Amino acid sequence: MTKSPNIILYLCLVYYLAAALVTPGFFTVNNTWNLLYNLMPLLIVAVGQMLVILTAGIDLSVTAIIAVTSVVGGYIMSADYSPVDSSSLAIALGILGMVITGGIIGLINGISVAKLKMPAFMVTLTGLMFFGGFAVWLTKSQNIYNLPAGLVDMPYTSFLGLPLPIWTGLLVLGLIYLVLNKSLLGEWIYAVGVNPKTSRISGVNVDLTIIMVYMLSGVTAAIGSVLYTARLETGSPVMGQNLLLDVIGAVVIGGTSLFGGKGLLQWTVAGAFFMAMLDNSLNLAGLSYFLIMIVKGVIILSAAMLNVWGERKVIWSA
Amino acid sequence: MAVNGGQVLALVGENGAGKSTLMNVLGGIHQPSSGEMHLNNEPYAPQNAEDAYNSGVAFIHQELNLFPNLSISENLFINSFPTTKRAGLTLIDRSSTNQKARELLTRVDLKVAPDTRVEDLSTAQQQLVEIAKAMAGKPRIIIFDEPTTALSRHESQALFQLIGDLRSQGIAMIYISHNLGDIMQLADNIAVLRDGTLVSAGPKDQYSMNRLIRDMVGRDLDSYFPARSKKASDQAVWEVRKLKSDRVTNISFKVNECEILGFYGLVGAGRSEMVRAILGLDPVLSGTVRWKDSTYHKFSPAQWIKNGVVYLAEDRREEGLLTGKSIQKNIQLASFPRYLNPLKLVKYAPLDQESKVYADITKINYQNLNRQQVQTLSGGNQQKVVLSRLLMTHPGMLILDEPTKGIDIGARQEIYGLINKLVDQGASAIIISSEIEELLGMCDRIIVMGQGQIYREFSKQEFDKNTILEAALGSGISNMDRGD
Repeated sequence: MTKSPNIILYLCLVYYLAAALVTPGFFTVNNTWNLLYNLMPLLIVAVGQMLVILTAGIDLSVTAIIAVTSVVGGYIMSADYSPVDSSSLAIALGILGMVITGGIIGLINGISVAKLKMPAFMVTLTGLMFFGGFAVWLTKSQNIYNLPAGLVDMPYTSFLGLPLPIWTGLLVLGLIYLVLNKSLLGEWIYAVGVNPKTSRISGVNVDLTIIMVYMLSGVTAAIGSVLYTARLETGSPVMGQNLLLDVIGAVVIGGTSLFGGKGLLQWTVAGAFFMAMLDNSLNLAGLSYFLIMIVKGVIILSAAMLNVWGERKVIWSA
Repeated sequence: MAVNGGQVLALVGENGAGKSTLMNVLGGIHQPSSGEMHLNNEPYAPQNAEDAYNSGVAFIHQELNLFPNLSISENLFINSFPTTKRAGLTLIDRSSTNQKARELLTRVDLKVAPDTRVEDLSTAQQQLVEIAKAMAGKPRIIIFDEPTTALSRHESQALFQLIGDLRSQGIAMIYISHNLGDIMQLADNIAVLRDGTLVSAGPKDQYSMNRLIRDMVGRDLDSYFPARSKKASDQAVWEVRKLKSDRVTNISFKVNECEILGFYGLVGAGRSEMVRAILGLDPVLSGTVRWKDSTYHKFSPAQWIKNGVVYLAEDRREEGLLTGKSIQKNIQLASFPRYLNPLKLVKYAPLDQESKVYADITKINYQNLNRQQVQTLSGGNQQKVVLSRLLMTHPGMLILDEPTKGIDIGARQEIYGLINKLVDQGASAIIISSEIEELLGMCDRIIVMGQGQIYREFSKQEFDKNTILEAALGSGISNMDRGD
């Protein structure tokens, strides 16, 4: 694995310390939990996105997947619509339905990119429009309320001292870590990202690899959607609407190359942490939504620039 | 070291001998740490590539620097379009651009309209455009870096004729090549580099082929093509029947156990296209391949590797290497599926061990197998990395497309040795090469192809360079100028 020094880890640390000193209310127990709650779904969606970007693709449809799955989950679980009486069964079916829906949308994306050879940008951009619109159309732009208590309480339910969303995040991270660093698929993801032609000649199933990363991105988006849906206590057709910048920002700021083949899971974790921390601290500092957007844009661009410089230095010294 | 007008100085040396570095200094890309250069008795110290160009030093690179999507004349004048003023605006003067382009194309003897797009030309024609582009700058020195690697024998000869013309026009030339035959044919003077120093230099008649090799390598090469201990059996293990794709037709041939079959032909003869179809990289219209006891109708690289058939592509950078990844990962790439535990996780410990074994078998000159990136190696060592990847899958059939392209003599011989060793152990091989000597030295049989078909087959007793060349020219002169 390439061990190029990554500034994002230092950046996180420095920013955390600075925010702790400057922003009142940042360095408190309450806010730390708050930060972690906000981090988890973003983190889960971002690591899925990272897998796609590692193959030199991109998945712009993740926020639409979050919205569609939130609506699907809402219909299955909400007392107003649910065909199931038992609430725990409804929750289980709801989550399963969300994950399957995410996987299917990912499958459609993956097949379009791998088999139909369409540009990932086009495929997932139209996916974003189509499924985003579909979610609103399906619900006539209404939120779905009356979700079962078990789901709504989930964020505040603890197991072995940690709330369930954090367990979910750790579980997803662990699984993705295994896939990326210990499995055949992980080796293939990196190889396809570096050079699909060489990979194909060397026996790598390039199409399957590409389909798998889009499916995993769909599934992680669905899991993220479960956490958002539980936290907001609604199935919403506009869930995650403003999230795309944060998701792609977390991956790119983490140093994953948009040209594929280069990036580590821990970088994206740090990137997501940084994005969540940025949001949280700027909110606490009383900045408006629009100012926060401006600051975030500037910071992501700077991080991208630093990464480009880093890569150039590596090339020159070689 | 000196080169005079109207002369060709050949610069030879193994990969890593310092040829490219020297040329980069001449071209202003790197600055010398000491010493000086003179051009026409004036000190010459280019700060960048533009300085060099303005001083009349032109480069023809191994990899062409053309814009394939633009026309020939646009390529020729990309940095100096003739302009006209109209209504106060400076506009490109198309007609004089094309006029000037036509003059340059006549000088390099390329009979193509100047508004032809470069991507529609054959490699040889593109090379001529590159030379015409160099001529546009009125150069005093032209430096050729491995200009013939992408050319067929016939096209190379045409290039040499052009170099001869340039020589009579008083232009000085520096010619870098691994092909010693070409060097002996072309050069007036020869300079040999080894390990960054000038080993010897002098007029061509002072050099024999053997002395050249000795100076380059620093030792005698016992025999250029290592001997094989086992004879090819007469049992066919590989049989292609009536293969047809949109580039090749009616391809049928067999390969026996312990046999090396060579494929010769001009560039564009369809040799690479044939193996790419067999590999499943290009679509196949009809035909079957029998390998050992099974007959295959559909092909894919993954399936072939599983069954012991491996392929080395001609374009090492695009289809051989994972640039930016470690040497170790590059070697392992094709072997991951064989090193999985029941949970489908990769067993890294034995895999890493095995890849080191193969890196040592192929004698890759590495510092750190799992941290060093593959592109830091020289061309010959990169090729050994790709070969290690193939060997690690325990292949029974090697399909090698230009296995020694752009590789120096020492590494070349090692690669020949590796192929022969594998064949001695019972494998078979198909080698595609544009170097007829390589095929004569390595193969048991040679098949000559042209226009997507098999022209003729030569058994070892029939090997004769001229007859094979004639066969490759095939149905006559008409297919020489084909636009590919």
